[in-house]
Amino acid sequence: MPMDSIEVNRIAHLARISVPEEEAQRTALQLESILQLVESLRAVPTEGVETMAHPLDLQQPLREDTVCPEEGREWLMASAPAAAEGLFLVPRVIE
Amino acid sequence: MEWEVVIGLEVHVQLNTATKIFCGCSTTFGAEPNTQTCPVCLAMPGALPVLNAAAVNKAIALGLALGSEINRRSIFARKNYFYPDLPKGYQISQYELPVVGAGHLDIVLPDGTEKRIGVTRAHLEEDAGKSLHESFDSQSGIDLNRAGTPLLEIVSEPDMRSATEAVAYLKKLHALVRYLDISDGNMQEGSFRCDANISLRRPGHPYGTRAEIKNLNSFRFLEKSILFEISRQKDILENGGQIIQETRLFDSVRSETRSMRSKEEANDYRYFPDPDLLPLVLEQSRIEAVQAQLPELPDAKKNRFMEQYGLPAYDAGVLTSGRPLAEYYETVAEGMDSKLAANWIMGELLGALNRTGLEVENCPVPAMQMRLLLSRIEDQTISGKIAKEIFEALFLESGEVDAIIEARGLRQITDTGAIVSLIEEIVSRHPQQVADYRSGKEKLFGFFVGQVMKESQGKASPDQVNSLLKQKLQGE
Repeated sequence: MPMDSIEVNRIAHLARISVPEEEAQRTALQLESILQLVESLRAVPTEGVETMAHPLDLQQPLREDTVCPEEGREWLMASAPAAAEGLFLVPRVIE
Repeated sequence: MEWEVVIGLEVHVQLNTATKIFCGCSTTFGAEPNTQTCPVCLAMPGALPVLNAAAVNKAIALGLALGSEINRRSIFARKNYFYPDLPKGYQISQYELPVVGAGHLDIVLPDGTEKRIGVTRAHLEEDAGKSLHESFDSQSGIDLNRAGTPLLEIVSEPDMRSATEAVAYLKKLHALVRYLDISDGNMQEGSFRCDANISLRRPGHPYGTRAEIKNLNSFRFLEKSILFEISRQKDILENGGQIIQETRLFDSVRSETRSMRSKEEANDYRYFPDPDLLPLVLEQSRIEAVQAQLPELPDAKKNRFMEQYGLPAYDAGVLTSGRPLAEYYETVAEGMDSKLAANWIMGELLGALNRTGLEVENCPVPAMQMRLLLSRIEDQTISGKIAKEIFEALFLESGEVDAIIEARGLRQITDTGAIVSLIEEIVSRHPQQVADYRSGKEKLFGFFVGQVMKESQGKASPDQVNSLLKQKLQGE
């Protein structure tokens, strides 16, 4: 699948990372080689093989529905860049 | 030419577990912001999710009630998008292998016929937090108490063909989750909300392009948004235009839907299996244990009401529309005339609840008082008319049936002598009407009944007044 810098910019936007213009072309080539690898994997016959969702051959343990003691929001919020009145503050998101 | 509307619903049901789906934080509504959080639901690096058994059991219960396939193996996936109330940058959901597979829900249409609506799937996922925009200049406040609350998303097939059908489906599903006690179903608090996919087509043609209306939290809003969407899409199509596939919001003040243009571009969720969670494997024993705990479901209860109480389908449907109402009815009807009980509950009780905006659960007239009231009609202590007066008093001021009858002197007059003297009083007061009646104006009979009842302040036994009055008027 051929990649161009437009496609790279779209993916970068979806992932909220910035890819400088001078790196876009190189990134496109790198992504393309990854996709080529996926294409060759696709050629492997997998008919009848159950989808593997996890590399470990284990199943999900379940937890009893019992409330744990409160952790205290002060220390949990201590590393937040901005907080007030018990709320995390972020740039305004309303449209 | 006619248009056919095609509707499918995605319903988000907040499960009423004590803790969140992947951590031990409480799910109680209305706590101080961010007090019900921990490193897991705040997405601290290194914190790992562990699945809540109660959320799994509640999903199984819904699956069994919908006659669905329960998938013995299901997978959790990451749904990636960026929004400040989603701390991880992805929502843990299920994508390719949900816990509940295909099932169905039967709805009753206004003409009494049944229609089967297909349910495609139901999957477990976590809710996001809440953004508050009011208090802070150029900033939004984020409360993550709700982040990680378990949700069951129930996706229907595009099987509904009118707003009425969609509302009937949503109401039935709402009743079902409350019967199963898997959700409190509180629509104002967002515990039960719905997205509607709506498109138009010519009958027999392939599906048209759909618009998705997000976050409808009342039956009325669902109905209004569908009606608006039908006319909007019809206008576009009939003027040669094309429907754009998009997400729209319902504005309840203007009763219209509006495009959420800015969200469109981000609709690439890049799902992939969540490496933090192993496949969920359900043992047969767990499914059987949930099955054994299932309550009697609405359809089964409705059939039993028709058989056991001899009620018509309509009455049985109304009385089993919710579990508390059905329980109320069964308490009242025990040992009573079951049709009388049904009439009183569907008429007086539901009427009064409707007027006051109350639910059966907080009805001021306890079921035992209602039963006592009806038993006083049956044993002729009071007439049906007086019973309505007593019901009003019970509803507005509460109290006890027999005490109200005594305190207000409402006991029915069944003493023949007393009624005869009332009749004689009325007859002697209206000689002209008596003469007219006897010369053939028989409809004056009603006038005399009315006068006697009025004189007795409504307490005379209407049956006895009728027969004694007839004797009196014809006899002389």
